[in-house]
Amino acid sequence: MRKLSYWGENIRLIAILLAVWFAISFGCGVLLVDVLNRFTVGGFQLGFWFAQQGSMYGFLVLIFVYVVLMGRIDKKHRVSED
Amino acid sequence: MGLQTLTYIVVGLSFALYIGIAFWSKARTTGDFYVAGKHVHPVANGMATAADWMSAASFISLAGLIAYLGYDSSVYLMGWTGGYVLLALLLAPYLRRFGKFTVPEFIGERYYSDAARVVAVICLIVISFTYVAGQMRGVGIVFSRFLNVDISVGLAVGMGVVFLYAVLGGMKGITYTQVAQYCVLIFAYTVPAVFISLQVTGVAVPQVAFGGEVLDGGGRLLANLDRIVTDLGFTAFTAGSKSTVDIFFITLALMIGTAGLPHVLVRFFTVPKVRHARISAGYALLFIAILYTTAPAVGALARLNLTTTIQTGPVFEETANLRYEERPGWFRTWEDTGLLRVEDLNGDGRIQYYNDANPEFAERAEAQGWRGNELTVDRDIIVLANPEIAGLPNWVIALVAAGGIAAALSTAAGLLLVISAAVSHDLIKSVFARNISERAELRAGRISAGVAVLLAGYLGFNPPGFVAEVVALAFGLAAASLFPAILLGILSLRVNKQGAIAGMLSGLVFTMGYIIWFKGVFVEPFAANVPGNWLFGISPEGIGALGAGINLAVTLIVSALTPAPPAPVQALVRRIRVPSGSGS
Repeated sequence: MRKLSYWGENIRLIAILLAVWFAISFGCGVLLVDVLNRFTVGGFQLGFWFAQQGSMYGFLVLIFVYVVLMGRIDKKHRVSED
Repeated sequence: MGLQTLTYIVVGLSFALYIGIAFWSKARTTGDFYVAGKHVHPVANGMATAADWMSAASFISLAGLIAYLGYDSSVYLMGWTGGYVLLALLLAPYLRRFGKFTVPEFIGERYYSDAARVVAVICLIVISFTYVAGQMRGVGIVFSRFLNVDISVGLAVGMGVVFLYAVLGGMKGITYTQVAQYCVLIFAYTVPAVFISLQVTGVAVPQVAFGGEVLDGGGRLLANLDRIVTDLGFTAFTAGSKSTVDIFFITLALMIGTAGLPHVLVRFFTVPKVRHARISAGYALLFIAILYTTAPAVGALARLNLTTTIQTGPVFEETANLRYEERPGWFRTWEDTGLLRVEDLNGDGRIQYYNDANPEFAERAEAQGWRGNELTVDRDIIVLANPEIAGLPNWVIALVAAGGIAAALSTAAGLLLVISAAVSHDLIKSVFARNISERAELRAGRISAGVAVLLAGYLGFNPPGFVAEVVALAFGLAAASLFPAILLGILSLRVNKQGAIAGMLSGLVFTMGYIIWFKGVFVEPFAANVPGNWLFGISPEGIGALGAGINLAVTLIVSALTPAPPAPVQALVRRIRVPSGSGS
């Protein structure tokens, strides 16, 4: 049972992070680009910025968040490699 | 010292470094040869993955694509980075935990089938050779422009160097040369970008300068650029001309294609632990993002520089177009290579550069005595010409040449290695000659790496005309065949042999069929490649995403109708889901 809930926690975390992944790239950079382009931040139209800069910074943060949170889940369920 | 001599010295030094590393990291076992003995530090693996991933296309062509496509080029920026999130979350840790040597090996064991393994090997070889051909073209361009040697001589030297470190060192050799190559290429890319950003905006960080104000008081860089290019009849830089559906599907196809590319996946087999596989995907994306977030700034600045060099004042003011006689030095250099061409159509001795495919603007231009666009620029020269356009010293130009070669060679070596591993490990060792000794397998690996290098060299000397067409094919195939099979193999206990084989084949056939239908690889296209003909408005570049969906659906349906996989296979899936322990 313990392993099952380890996998369940992992899947839940992945689902949350992938929702963010979708929102910052396909959401802000593609589907909502025209709406966001009405706002300007730092000389960039916001939708354009998400498509050419922001989404990439977001991807980076997502991976490091996953590494840290997954490390904690590993420890909690005593399946960590150390 | 002349530019030529300096370039020879810088490129020569970089080659000496790569060969030195090759001797230092000679592979002694098949484990060294396929997965660098699984001893690679995650930061080193991140750098090696970045160099492996960033090809001649990223280094040489990406900024040029951005310069000309503007917002539409976002598909490459998001598509070629977003895949790393999928890798880190969905694939890399489990493949590392699986703990064998190759991607087809995983598919063969998870689907308890040599047939599935052979299908995976075929996909891998098609994908990888497609890619290698592109790298060789990049090496050729850099050599012919900067070293002024015949393309064939340049290619022979490049192949020789790859041969040495891939055949001798295997994965161990290429990993550490790729670390060195990453350092060379990222330095070569960012130094000119910083200088140009400073010159135009006074801000040193290209990612910020991109949104900043231009120094000559013309307002915001992007607003300025939008105005200048629309004045000449082009689409605004920050606006696109592709449909939203197409942008969506191309981005998705490139993302899942990236996550399904064998030479990227195999890099996560080389680290000591599962958590290293997770974090090295993060480091890889960090090192990649340094170049990918700089590229849009380089593209925008280059477009601005080029356009204002030609159009020096208001459009249609007679003296506002550059006189051909007064063209700058870098212009002449690139004219010599044929990658930049001027044709004075209206015979006024000045250059008119505008969008003559825009009927409304072309009509106005006609009335002013313009007789068509007179300047043709190959997109690939944007990055290579940048230091010259900005008037940077010769050592920067030499460095850019070395960087371009490093990008091409590192990717070529990574691809050649997965091809040789697929042949020696997945075909020879596992299907044809199971009793082969480790020494003999290592020798087989070296020989197939050697043959693959020669074949890649041949493709470089005689590039097939369809190279540009088949890049879509490489991503489409990776997305539609390998990615769904690996993903479902981890996420589902129920997916079985019949489902996976049917799924991979249907994804493969659909995607290949669609691309050949519109692009005609080996045959004439069956229909014009225009949006009106496309299925749901999806271009061949984006069809791999739909192919992946078809693969997923077919796999799930067929698996549901056939028996569940045997108990040991289900135990294998349970085991790889957990970083340590037996997982039962």
